[in-house]
Order: sequence, then C-alpha cells, then structure tokens
Amino acid sequence: MAVLNGIPNPAKDGLLRLALAERHVAAGARFAPFAGWDMPLQYAGIVAEHEAVRTGVGVFDVSHLGRAWAIGPEAGRRIRSVTTFDVTTIPIGSSHYSLYCNAGGGIEDDIFVYRVAEECWLIAHNAASAEADFVRLAAACGDMAREVTGETVMLAVQGPQATALLAKLLGPQCAEIAPRGCFEIEWRGTTVLFARTGYTGEGGGECIIAAEYAPAFWDALLAAGVVPVGLGARDTLRLEAALPLHGHDIDPTTEPYSAGLGFAVTLDDGAPFTGRPALETFAAEPPPLRLACIRATGRGGVFRSGFAVLDAAGEDVGVLASGAFSPSLRTSIGMAYLPSVLAKPGISLAVDVRGRIEPAEVVRRPFVHGSARRG
Amino acid sequence: MEIPGDRRYTTEHEWLRAEGAEAVIGITEYAQDELGDVVFVQLPSIGSRVSAGAAFGEIESVKTVSELFAPAGGEVIAVNEVLTEHPELVNDSPYDTGWMVRIRLDDPAAVNSLLDAGAYRTTLPPGS
Repeated sequence: MAVLNGIPNPAKDGLLRLALAERHVAAGARFAPFAGWDMPLQYAGIVAEHEAVRTGVGVFDVSHLGRAWAIGPEAGRRIRSVTTFDVTTIPIGSSHYSLYCNAGGGIEDDIFVYRVAEECWLIAHNAASAEADFVRLAAACGDMAREVTGETVMLAVQGPQATALLAKLLGPQCAEIAPRGCFEIEWRGTTVLFARTGYTGEGGGECIIAAEYAPAFWDALLAAGVVPVGLGARDTLRLEAALPLHGHDIDPTTEPYSAGLGFAVTLDDGAPFTGRPALETFAAEPPPLRLACIRATGRGGVFRSGFAVLDAAGEDVGVLASGAFSPSLRTSIGMAYLPSVLAKPGISLAVDVRGRIEPAEVVRRPFVHGSARRG
Repeated sequence: MEIPGDRRYTTEHEWLRAEGAEAVIGITEYAQDELGDVVFVQLPSIGSRVSAGAAFGEIESVKTVSELFAPAGGEVIAVNEVLTEHPELVNDSPYDTGWMVRIRLDDPAAVNSLLDAGAYRTTLPPGS
C-alpha cells in the first residue's frame, strides 16, 4: 500500500472532493455536504440502496473517514495511551473498535484500530473529528503517525453477498478470515488493505486502496453487480443495526457505558490512558441512563433526532439521539438515552412528532439482524 | 420531467386538476423526485376545510419532511386512503394514483389564477 502524506484537494465551495467524485457523478449520485466533504447522499434512492445492502451487495465510498498509520517501536502501547481499548491485545491481522475519551470520560470520537503487523497499525477516524483525532494520535506516536486520508480511498462493500464477491475479486482469504480480520493483498499491481468490518450489520468488508488505483477497483465492483450506496442509506442501515453515530448517539458529553460501549473500554490491564480515572468511576456503578432502541408501534411519521420521548404518563423522559424510517421494518425507529428503568424491551413510550404523540416501545437491539451474525 | 397540460400548478410544486366545482390535488413529478422515497403522508379529514396557500398536510420522505399547501380553498370531500399503506405511490405515480385530496372548490374561477404547465416549467431549475 502506498503510504503518502497529503490532504484532499479542496473542491469548489470549500468542500473536500472525493477521489472518486467523477465515478459517483457517472453513477447518478446526488451530493450533500457532510463533515466538510462533498459526499454522495444517494444514487437510485435511499430505500432501493438500503434494500440492495440487506439482500445483495452494495458499495459505500467512505473515503471521508480519516485514516492514519502508526508504524514503529511501541506504536501499539502509544496508541493505547490515548484510546480506551487495550489495542495491544488485538492479534496481528485483526482489528477492534475503540474510543478516544476526554479526561471526564466523555467520548471525543469512536474509531477502528487495525493491527496489520506486529507494530503496524491503521486507525480510522470519523470525518468530523479527523483533524483533532490525528493531533491526538500524533501526540502519542510522534512521527510514527502518518495521515493518508487524501492518498487513499476507502470502500465499504456490504451485504449478504459481499464476502463471496470480495473473495472472488481479491482472494479467497476474504471469506476465510474471521470477522474483524484484516490483511494486505495484492490486486492488479497495488496493495489493498482488506478488513472484514463494516457499519451495516451485514457481511462483507472494507477496502483501503491507493487513490490512483481506486477508479479501476470501483469499476470492477460495479461490473460485478455491486450497487453504489450513499450516506442516506448508510444512516438507515447503521441505525437498524443499532450502531452509534458520533455526534448523535455519542459525543464528548456521553460516556461509554450508558451507550453500551463498555466492550470498547479495557480497565483490567492497569495501563494509563486518557480518561481512565473517570471511566473507572463510571464502571463502578450501573449507568443511570441507557441508550435504548425505540420502535414506533403506529404509522404517524418519521422519528427524527431531537424529538422528545415520553413515558406512558406523558412525561418527557428523553430525546431521540438518532431517528429514521427503517426501510426493512417499514416503520420509524430511533435511539434515546432513557432512565435505566425505562430502557427495557417491551416498555411503552411515545414520541412527540411535531406535536403529534405517536406510540412506540422499547425493543431489543439491534432492530435488524444483518447477515454478519449469520456468517 | 413530465408536467401534464390538463391541470394547474403552484410554485410550491402542488398540482390541481379541476373537474367542474371539484378539484383533485397532489404533488408534481419534480416534487416527488426532490423528496426521494416517500414514507408517510398526513392528510386532512373528510369534511375539513383547506385554504388557498395554507398547509393541509405533511409529506415525509426518508430524508425530509415538507408541508403540503393547498392550491385553492374548499371543503375536503375525499382523501387518498391508499397512501396510508402505500405512500410510495406518490413516487411511482404522482399525477395519478398518488393523488392526495379531492375538494369542493369555494371559487372554481380562482383556479385560473394558478400556473399552467408552461408557466410551472419555467419555475423549475434548467434541465428538470
């Protein structure tokens, strides 16, 4: 894989332009600004794209995610000093979800850490916090940290047919490794970093490739029948899978345990990392609030972020952190922090949809089981 | 983009097809395309009144919510109940099976002040 420094080229109106922008235009994309990037919002339509990922295979250009390498002696221990998960326990050729927390235990960003070799790590950051995240990473890793967002393209290929398709395109190892496994593989003269990860609940993986080879890779995917999918469906898919979105479901004022992200925090190794004392305090007590999955039981309107959540007595008990129409369930879904006593499957609630009180209930997470669980 | 000549339009992308003293109201091809996948349509009850230029309902797509504005005033005498279960008809057939309400016009002559198909087309972005 080409490891180069650089930043993306600014497009007109100050937005960053994807390396594959022309391919997206050719595929019929409608664009919208997101975290400073000019991103494909949809192609054929959000529902059709969503269904393609749930029943077949779709591709998302997620090159807006910040990507950085950390390569060198003790890089893992250094990354660990600024993230919540003990990344040094990640086996070579695997990956894990982790968090950057602040001193108060609030979530500054959620990230994915890939261990490609003993001390060769790739870290994926959310676009909105990518700059601050890289500063944080570089503060820990010094010049071992190298930002490669602009030089690479990241494509998520997701759906029940995605793993088989990637195995055919890149190599059978794509289907042989366990979920979260990652490795580098040669493809038409370049190196692709493949990881069996994603943000939809479906099988498949994410591929990072040098930008100059990305158009050919994109073309090969589309020629194999993969459907291009925009940010609109990415949001409905991740919400059905009950995966949190930073800036909505988690942010610097929320801590990991209420969000159900305790699996991303390691405390038993004793190693120092930013936020540890606060997180130890949170871990000692059951969280007073929990991020609950809420599903409409009527048909009165789309749940959207910011809508008030009411209990059976009509009292305000929370606010939707995320909300959307679920194309798979044909009804509204959302997530909200609720008092723990209410955050239990079967509890009846209501959501205030612009003045209309729409019935809802707490359901088990996730809303939809994708093919990732079925293997 | 299709703009049938048998009806009138508003700059808010509703259409109205007059049938004597009654009129059927819906949204245009351009409107449904801008909204994307329609998932909920909130319509008034039969017997209620709508006023020209005022909101009479809401339409929601996966990505956004919009108010529906009445091109003319009158009493609601029918609503398209099928849209409750099949809101996607607004996308599939905005000028026909995706209609929204039928009203008894307060003033049938007022329809003439609405845009005709040619005038409505000039309000759309070039290339629509």
